[in-house]
Amino acid sequence: MAMVALRREGRRFAPLISHNPINAVRSSVITEELAPQGARFVSTQIVRTRMKSVKNIQKITKAMKMVAASKLRAIQTRAENSRGLWQPFTALLGDASSVDVKKNVIVTISSDKGLCGGINSTAVKISRAIHKLSSGPEKEPGYVVLGEKAKVQLIRDSKQQIKLSISELQKNPLNYTQVAVLADDILKNVEYDALRIVFNKFQSVVSFLPTMSTVLSPEVVERESESGGKLGELDSYEIEGGETKSEVLQNLTEFQFSCVLFNAVLESACSEQGARMSAMDSSSRNAGEMLDRLTLTYNRTRQASITTELTEIISGASALEG
Amino acid sequence: MHVIRDDNVDSLKVYDRVCTVIQSTVKIYDLEIDEDGEDGEESFEVRKKRVRPCRTERPPKRSTMLRQAPRLLARATSMMKVRSFSTADVPATPTADSSFIDAWRKVIPNIDPPNTPLAFMTPRPSTPTSIPSKLTVNFVLPYQSELSGKEVDMVIIPATTGQMGVLPGHVATIAELKPGVLSVHEGNDVSKYFISSGFAFIHANSYADIIAVEAVPIDRIDPNLVQKGLAEFTQKLSTANTESEKAEAQIGVDVHSALNSALTG
Repeated sequence: MAMVALRREGRRFAPLISHNPINAVRSSVITEELAPQGARFVSTQIVRTRMKSVKNIQKITKAMKMVAASKLRAIQTRAENSRGLWQPFTALLGDASSVDVKKNVIVTISSDKGLCGGINSTAVKISRAIHKLSSGPEKEPGYVVLGEKAKVQLIRDSKQQIKLSISELQKNPLNYTQVAVLADDILKNVEYDALRIVFNKFQSVVSFLPTMSTVLSPEVVERESESGGKLGELDSYEIEGGETKSEVLQNLTEFQFSCVLFNAVLESACSEQGARMSAMDSSSRNAGEMLDRLTLTYNRTRQASITTELTEIISGASALEG
Repeated sequence: MHVIRDDNVDSLKVYDRVCTVIQSTVKIYDLEIDEDGEDGEESFEVRKKRVRPCRTERPPKRSTMLRQAPRLLARATSMMKVRSFSTADVPATPTADSSFIDAWRKVIPNIDPPNTPLAFMTPRPSTPTSIPSKLTVNFVLPYQSELSGKEVDMVIIPATTGQMGVLPGHVATIAELKPGVLSVHEGNDVSKYFISSGFAFIHANSYADIIAVEAVPIDRIDPNLVQKGLAEFTQKLSTANTESEKAEAQIGVDVHSALNSALTG
């Protein structure tokens, strides 16, 4: 019985196990477990320490899930309220995702902290795919990275193409002014024909859709509207205010970028909290299951050792009598 | 939404998922529930039960309920009667940029293409032949959709070239806005907001989109603070040295004087 229990535990604890107890004694881990031949007591210390640590993990992950849930509640209303912000721009300028330009800049939005499931990897995967899609003979896409996690992943193979990297975005609660300043920074420092913003759009607590929004530079907008096609109707719009059409277009595209970026950052933060919530939830559930299994093993070992002791006492007593 | 219309029981799962999305847009049910005179806060589960007695005589099967409830939903989400005050977006028809998807699939066949904003937006109606009677206004701010699909008679927007009145059938325009008063006229009601700058798009189909960074209803502005601010910034303007300080002070003066005239005018 004890051997069976040991064999099961051995699967978890020791890489080398043999059915021969003498060889097992030489293995460092099992030395503490298996009593050298002659002793009467099997230690359950290891199982107990493991159970304690798994219980702690369960508590911590449960607490993290609660924290993520409360943060999600707070930020979800704001993200949903900001969804009306980008719709007028798309209604006016259309969805320019297939417009072909020379200088693409891919703005990837990710989180700073980890333990949030696969959303950062998804964002980076899509960014890399867009990079591949828009690479060509004269075209060299660049990256602007928001968030530590994407930076770490992208720096491995595209270090030269990262034009700008921003982190600690969520240190203060997100607001439009902060994002507008950030957008201004990006627009000043990066040369672009089209900005592709890649983020995870929050659909529900368990579903995040990778999304790409496009913002074109004013020159490209003018070019496209003159050549017809998607933006062809733009010419039919009268311009009020500003001296020239290009000035108004420039203000328009800058405003569009800050609005779209604001919405994207909020959605991304929502997705991060949602993903963290579900990751921590499954983690605490796993810890609970592991704890159950360990408890069974612990009890079995304990009962086996008690039975062995009793057997020995009784056989010793009966040997004396008989 | 089309998926739900067939009586297939598998659509139950799709339906359940759509329910969770729709649950956030409470106002859909307000449109329906108000007809029955019920509280708008009812959860969707209760609504399902309530549908059954008033729709069919015999205890209906699940499929009958599936058939009835989506019809109500579809009625509530008709194109022209855009959900008032709904702030979540529901993917209407999955319109997507097909050329983008084709180009994507050629180069990257293994990964699904990302969604683009068109997929998350209800498409706008095309330009009608005759001038419609009402103007549909979307007035959005970064943290809120102030007016979403509201049908009004006229709006007056503070463009940089002056106050501009917009009626249904207005020519398509892109207007840059300066700090000033936006007034929305509906019948005899006029609601006025003071907006910081922004943009206004007027489309040919009598849809007006107004995007501002900040807006307050006029009655919430305190005149004393306006006077104090005006005095403060005028003083700063006179003592300003660098270009940026001067520009900041000038902006402060402009906004405060616009506030002043908004309160008095």
